[in-house]
Amino acid sequence: MLRISAFLLAVIWLSPGWASADAYDYPIDNKFLATVVGTPPSYRAELPKKIPLRHRSITIFGDRKVPEPFFFDAKLRYSQALQKGSAPLVFLIAGTGAAYNGAKNVDMARAFYQAGFHVISISSPTYMNFIVAASRSGVPGHTVEDAEDIYRVMERIWGKLEDRIEVTDFYVTGYSLGGLNAAFVTWLDETKQVFNFRKALLINPPVRLYSSISLLDRMLDNIPGGIDNFPQFYDRLVKQLTRVYKNADTVDIGEDFLYKAFEAVNPDTEELAALIGVSFRISSANMTYTTDLMTDFGYIKPKNITMTKNSSPSVYNKVAHRLSFTDYYHVYFYPFQKAKNPSLTRSQLINDMSLSSIEDYLRGAEKIEVMHNLDDIILEPGEIDFFPRVFGDRAKIYPRGGHLGNMDFRDNVTHMVNVFSK
Amino acid sequence: MKTAYIQLQRYILLLVAVLALGACSTAPEQQGDAIIEPSFSADTVLDNDLTYLSDGISDPWEGFNRSMYRFNYRFDKYLFLPVVNGYKTITPDFLEKGIHNFFLNLGDINTFFNSILQLNGTKTVQTTGRFLVNTTAGLLGFIDVATMVDIPKHNEDFGQTLGYWGVNNGPYLVLPLLGPSNVRDGVGRGVDWAAYTAVIDELEMKDGEEWALTIMQAIDSRANVGFRYYETGTPFEYDWVKLLYTTKRKMDIEK
Repeated sequence: MLRISAFLLAVIWLSPGWASADAYDYPIDNKFLATVVGTPPSYRAELPKKIPLRHRSITIFGDRKVPEPFFFDAKLRYSQALQKGSAPLVFLIAGTGAAYNGAKNVDMARAFYQAGFHVISISSPTYMNFIVAASRSGVPGHTVEDAEDIYRVMERIWGKLEDRIEVTDFYVTGYSLGGLNAAFVTWLDETKQVFNFRKALLINPPVRLYSSISLLDRMLDNIPGGIDNFPQFYDRLVKQLTRVYKNADTVDIGEDFLYKAFEAVNPDTEELAALIGVSFRISSANMTYTTDLMTDFGYIKPKNITMTKNSSPSVYNKVAHRLSFTDYYHVYFYPFQKAKNPSLTRSQLINDMSLSSIEDYLRGAEKIEVMHNLDDIILEPGEIDFFPRVFGDRAKIYPRGGHLGNMDFRDNVTHMVNVFSK
Repeated sequence: MKTAYIQLQRYILLLVAVLALGACSTAPEQQGDAIIEPSFSADTVLDNDLTYLSDGISDPWEGFNRSMYRFNYRFDKYLFLPVVNGYKTITPDFLEKGIHNFFLNLGDINTFFNSILQLNGTKTVQTTGRFLVNTTAGLLGFIDVATMVDIPKHNEDFGQTLGYWGVNNGPYLVLPLLGPSNVRDGVGRGVDWAAYTAVIDELEMKDGEEWALTIMQAIDSRANVGFRYYETGTPFEYDWVKLLYTTKRKMDIEK
């Protein structure tokens, strides 16, 4: 059990990153810690605080029936940051369960806007609003179907903009599941040819979706006593936070406070892994309940029960949080896909939902580049080798950073922008 | 003082009226006689011997609360946020900050009273110090001089005072316009408002001016809260807000 001293963490946090020419200076060695805390402020790339980021919404399916409790999600929300003159345009795709305006997308938007790009941010196809407003089937997780949904969204948004702005070239990028999405969107673009993406960048994508969700599901085992003891885990976390809060000068629980609290609480590796598992479980529960209501599959909510605006989903909420992503995969996703394609086997579906299913395409696709970390926690041992093997020099693998922990680190941001600028 | 009393009366009346409406059903609609078993039902997945995260929070008026939550969303979306965004656009950043400080300083009036009621000498003294320094050197509170000279800021309200003396939350309650609360904190808000109005009355402002101050305060406080209804990406947002509100208040009472 590795306990990182609060003191060391504080030192790392406060010291300026002393840059050297070729060493990689991202300061966090523990992959779980990196995944949870990201990049300490003094190591982050300098990005403009204010960019003209505008929030928009768009109807994707005119005839869509939205379940009553989801009335607010009929339109798909997205954001745009547009340059004044002619410029290249980049689409950003968020990761599992994340919104178009999540912190990672906003930071990427800042970086690309600063580098002279028009930027359009789209939520993950696993995000509630996307499932409700923009998923044709209402059942997310299928690499090709998700890519078709995203492509449709991109076309619609571009349809609203094409008379207003001038675009030189199109680009696409995404992180985590969004990276996998970006690969399939680029692949789809070869036949659709609406955008003819000049470049695509996959940031920390999974290789095989099923491996990654299994790894993330298992992280909940790090809760002492397992998920049955989650309320106790939560209470303990709140108690620790309260102790810091009582002695803090601030009365706001914002980002700054949480960083300080984190240093003081000083969680060990098991606790960090548990936190990652909890966060993933919440995304997974949100997604499964949403899709269940969209299709009336009868996964958690009985088929013949209709939720109204005031109906309480509290019991379904409890059930949803007890089910894993792999449960969804086997009990909902596979039967749903099999109904459309009766000869589909379980292992075939698992193999299809992976970058390896389009390996030949990816090997020859000079336009697609990858940015990844050697210690990414969503990859099984050895899976990282897929990238240099298939992408060769087009795969940039950093020695550490966990899952997306180094996305805001200066070297990474520079690389991200350079891939599209060269 | 008279206005304060009338305000408190009105507030309590509103609270009672609001609760009288609390009979909206939270039951879903069922087609057919028998429920078609889902893949994972509560019976098979949940364990009666276990507690779940939100079990401890009483919410007997959930139907009403959910309606009010939706009402607040609409009010926010169609009236409040457009006004707030307009305010943010036309007001230079330094002025916005100054106005925010001004209202935080006025908020110290309630923190002062409640620090006394909680018999907390340190908080009472520090809050008095903050108020005096900011009201004078800080030009009526526009500049937060007190923080610059390291006098800590506290935040105490009557809900916390009741909590300090052992009063429980009572049922969860979504208040019109004000958002998540519970019976204890709802009553607390009424009492705080009455005390605050009594002090403001001493300034002998005209009615219109008092209203302008209240509206400005509401705009300022909304401008400083990032939360947007129904944009958290979870179909269980109502339950999450309930849990997090209750947790945060527990922490506030302990602080």
